[in-house]
Amino acid sequence: MTRERLFNTALMAGLLAIPLWAWATDEPFTITLATRVAILALAGVGLNIALGLGGLVSLGHAAFFGIGGYAMGILASHAQSYAPLAEWPFLIEGTKSMPVIWIAAILASGLAALIIGALSLRTTGVYFIMITLAFGQMLYFFSISWPAYGGEDGLSIYVRNGFPGLNTLDPIQFFAICFALLAAALWLNARLSASPFGLALNAARQAPHRVETVGLSPFRLRLTAFVISGAITGLAGALFADLNRFVSPTMFSWQTSGEIMVFVILGGVGRLYGPVAGAALFITLEHVLGGLSEFWHIYLGLLLLLVVLFARGGLIGLIAGRQAAHD
Amino acid sequence: MTDAVLQTHALTKRFGAVTACDQVNLDLRPGEIHAVIGPNGAGKSTLIAQICGGLKPDAGQVEFLGRDVTGHSNADRAQMGLARTFQISALAMEDTVLQNAILGALGARGGAFRFFKPALGDRDLRDQAMTALERVGLSDAAATRTAELSHGQRRQLEVAVALTLHPRAFVMDEPMAGMGSEGSRQLTGFLDELRTEAPILLVEHDMDAVFALADRLSVLVYGKVIATGTVAEIRANRDVRDAYLGADG
Repeated sequence: MTRERLFNTALMAGLLAIPLWAWATDEPFTITLATRVAILALAGVGLNIALGLGGLVSLGHAAFFGIGGYAMGILASHAQSYAPLAEWPFLIEGTKSMPVIWIAAILASGLAALIIGALSLRTTGVYFIMITLAFGQMLYFFSISWPAYGGEDGLSIYVRNGFPGLNTLDPIQFFAICFALLAAALWLNARLSASPFGLALNAARQAPHRVETVGLSPFRLRLTAFVISGAITGLAGALFADLNRFVSPTMFSWQTSGEIMVFVILGGVGRLYGPVAGAALFITLEHVLGGLSEFWHIYLGLLLLLVVLFARGGLIGLIAGRQAAHD
Repeated sequence: MTDAVLQTHALTKRFGAVTACDQVNLDLRPGEIHAVIGPNGAGKSTLIAQICGGLKPDAGQVEFLGRDVTGHSNADRAQMGLARTFQISALAMEDTVLQNAILGALGARGGAFRFFKPALGDRDLRDQAMTALERVGLSDAAATRTAELSHGQRRQLEVAVALTLHPRAFVMDEPMAGMGSEGSRQLTGFLDELRTEAPILLVEHDMDAVFALADRLSVLVYGKVIATGTVAEIRANRDVRDAYLGADG
């Protein structure tokens, strides 16, 4: 077993063991922290497909996170008020069922990623960063100014949505759902990296001209990656809203995009488990340093600076060394 | 017209006041190596970029397999069977040699939209890639990271990736550049046989290789083709000697 694999196993085991221990000792707050780690890591896994595999520096992933959140908020609020979402051309009712909400979140954020990607991927470098940021901000201001779903105040959902056979109000059960989805997304990401699509996307990041001259279109590869990436981050958004039982425009803010990117960079860009390590470190710092000072972001900034300057592979790079050639 | 595989008709490209490509007519016939030579800045790279699709000409057409492909993208031309190698190696440096060759095999298959099966576990892709690597003598280095290859080996890999496409024509931009004399001799021998598989449009600085390989030569000076002919004809051509080969050439 390589060091990286050992570290990844320990990381996932830790993420599973801590809430179980907290459950045994009746510490629900710790379970909630672990749930946040799992959900934010899932959002990071989404971004990592675009950023790590595709080399697409998107500063607009809050758009997908927020769309996922609002997909949950809108469907659940209609179910709460018994008012159908639409009556024409056919009746669409609200729902409190998690699986249905997840599918809606994945489809909505995937569609948004298709549109945003189709426009943004015509640019590269700094322009791509700016245009994705602009799309994120557009949605942010739209959500503030749209009164139907709470506007600036956001939307509260009184009871967490349901999952067949589980009691989602029990923190440990909700954690289990989030952890399972994170594990599924990591598995999907691993398959994707090794697949022909992953190979071509990886090559398009390193040598786009080469990819063109073998007859493949880098644009199509990147757009597909962007849609998958956006859909996964959207799913994380739906879970995040369910965790808080609250959605607000903050989910769309550029700080959210930045935080998702921080998870990926802290953990290690392009490393499969990078976002998990990054999100765990972020939440730990927020919890520990946040207790010492409300200006804990200063220390986070310092840490980020050190990682970018001295440990380009992030936390995983620091522990497991340089990435081995894929075998 | 003739049964040329690849042809340009009065291809013209201007950059401001400079005409980098001036009414160029070239044709590549089956089974031949057609070399394009010319001093630095003669417009060879501009010509290649227009033929392969990176650059749109201001006037004129590119015809490939009897079809006007002037408006086609790089990728479309590659799909039709136009394989290109680069002057400065354009390879995925973090990936292994095998992965780079598999990328070519994916292109030949016509798409990379398979998301679940591992690429390296695909026998068909792997076999195609390994065959191409064997042909250029790189199969021993299949598991090596491309960044660790020598300069000459990267040139070989460029050719191997082109081979995986089973192309109808090759366009090679200085495949010998920076190679040692041994590697250069090997590649010359290899290209010599390759022409029967698909004709090669060869842009090359190495005159020994060009005179050894080319069935025909075109001399490009200031964007214009000043002469086209066999090696003997070109050697005897006064204009060419004045413009390019030098007085004692």
